[in-house]
Amino acid sequence: MADRTRIVGGAFQALCILACTLIVLMLAVILGNILIHGLGTVTPSFLTKAPESGMTGGGIFPAIFGTFALVVLMTIAVIPLGVATAIYMHEYAPKRSRLVHVVRLAIQNLAGVPAIVFGLFGLGFFIEFIGRGMDRVLYGGELVYGQPAIVWAALTLALLTMPTVVVATEEALRAIPQGYREVAYSLGATRWQMIRRVVLPQAVGGILTGGILAVSRGAGEVAPVMFTGAAYFLPELPTRLNSQFMELGYHVYVMTTQSPDVEATKPILYATVLVLLALTFLLNFSAIMIRAQVRKRMRHGR
Amino acid sequence: MTMESIIETRSLNLWYSRFHALIDVSLRIPPRAITAIIGPSGCGKSTLLRVLNRMNERIPGVRVEGDVVLEGGSIYNGRIDLRQLRKRVGMVFQRPNPFPLSVFENVAYGPKIHALASGEELERRVERSLRATGLWDTLKDRLGVSALSLSPEQQQRICISRLLAVEPDVLLMDEPASALDPSATARIEELMMELKERYTIIIVTHNMQQAARISDRTAFMLLGELVEVGETQTVFTKPVDPKTEQYISGRFG
Repeated sequence: MADRTRIVGGAFQALCILACTLIVLMLAVILGNILIHGLGTVTPSFLTKAPESGMTGGGIFPAIFGTFALVVLMTIAVIPLGVATAIYMHEYAPKRSRLVHVVRLAIQNLAGVPAIVFGLFGLGFFIEFIGRGMDRVLYGGELVYGQPAIVWAALTLALLTMPTVVVATEEALRAIPQGYREVAYSLGATRWQMIRRVVLPQAVGGILTGGILAVSRGAGEVAPVMFTGAAYFLPELPTRLNSQFMELGYHVYVMTTQSPDVEATKPILYATVLVLLALTFLLNFSAIMIRAQVRKRMRHGR
Repeated sequence: MTMESIIETRSLNLWYSRFHALIDVSLRIPPRAITAIIGPSGCGKSTLLRVLNRMNERIPGVRVEGDVVLEGGSIYNGRIDLRQLRKRVGMVFQRPNPFPLSVFENVAYGPKIHALASGEELERRVERSLRATGLWDTLKDRLGVSALSLSPEQQQRICISRLLAVEPDVLLMDEPASALDPSATARIEELMMELKERYTIIIVTHNMQQAARISDRTAFMLLGELVEVGETQTVFTKPVDPKTEQYISGRFG
């Protein structure tokens, strides 16, 4: 009896270790494959030049810059929107409010919507409706914002990543002991003073975690930006909100499916994937560093 | 009975939805003295305390009838400014609950939100508040450390300093020493004795010895009703109501 228990226990442990090893192994194979095939192509000129000769030569700088700009714009849009939504739901709305329940459900469902649907929504809502509307009202029908542009792609991505930010922020707000709010009120704080000086400082770590997750998610997405602003090939950089732009993920997609010479494109393809991964890690890493800094400052107060 | 009072409740009734938690409570609190509210768990003593700076309103379903009068003015009519009320009538909670901020920021919190002081004036105010609770000499070189790194007793003193920094008139204390060890409790009690020279203190306590030791007046509550109130010595030695006598002699509660 005791023997049997030990055997079952041992077998279960072995299974767990096996599963874990398998996952690490797969990750190593994928990363290794990309590194081996891509690293040789990642040269300074590859990182700083535009694509040449039908994407079989040159570099990917416009795509790196475009992805970076896209993610920054997306973050600027999604953090205030997501944080404000979470603060409303958790701090302002009445407890057990029906409305909040529905909103929360809607946001959770939003997280399950396929990325391509966001892309189509962005095309229909931001470009056709808002962009065209702006053109009609502000520019006398001239085509300015009613076309794919980095601002629309960023907003579409912001919608896609909003649930992440909202959920992370709400989680952070929930973790703050109710007692702190009570104390603030008992000292005569208004709700805004309570939120501003008690709730937000403590939630900042959680909010930034949400931001980090949003950035990692957003930086790798292709489907939401392919209709809303990413360009097939565009040697110049986006300089205005209504510029189109190149994006790493989309560039990978284009090179995989549209290249005139598959073999010649292959090293570039691997190298681009490598850069995309590195950029995502870099964005992640800097966000984590910012969070660590903020947390350190918080702990020491003053 | 023409005792001077700084705050008093008049036929106060309170319901949590359908539960009648305070029944016709009329209690006068004298200034610059310690009034203890005692009674078994669930008798409404904490509720009564929280009525005095309207902290109960944060709970959904609360309904209040009757009145609370602070220095001649009702705090339950429409014109009262809640922020001013809570600045004048502050609260110390059961568990020490300093903000996860530095010592300085904790004490400076109230003056900041009420825009009472800034710069050097704020520093002086923080010093004054820390001196009043006996923390200044220990912490004057460590104002930047997190308040959460201090001992529970020091944390509770920080909370009291944080309250004193807005210069309130009335201190409501909800079992302020129940999370502390006996020697820390004794020192907090000493502090309360000092503070009553300048402030009106109302303390809710489970600990009858504590009430007997520190309070000038004691109110005994049972099932939402104020059974008896009077000089602490009288209440503990010659209670008028038999229920009070049963409670303090430990027959229930």
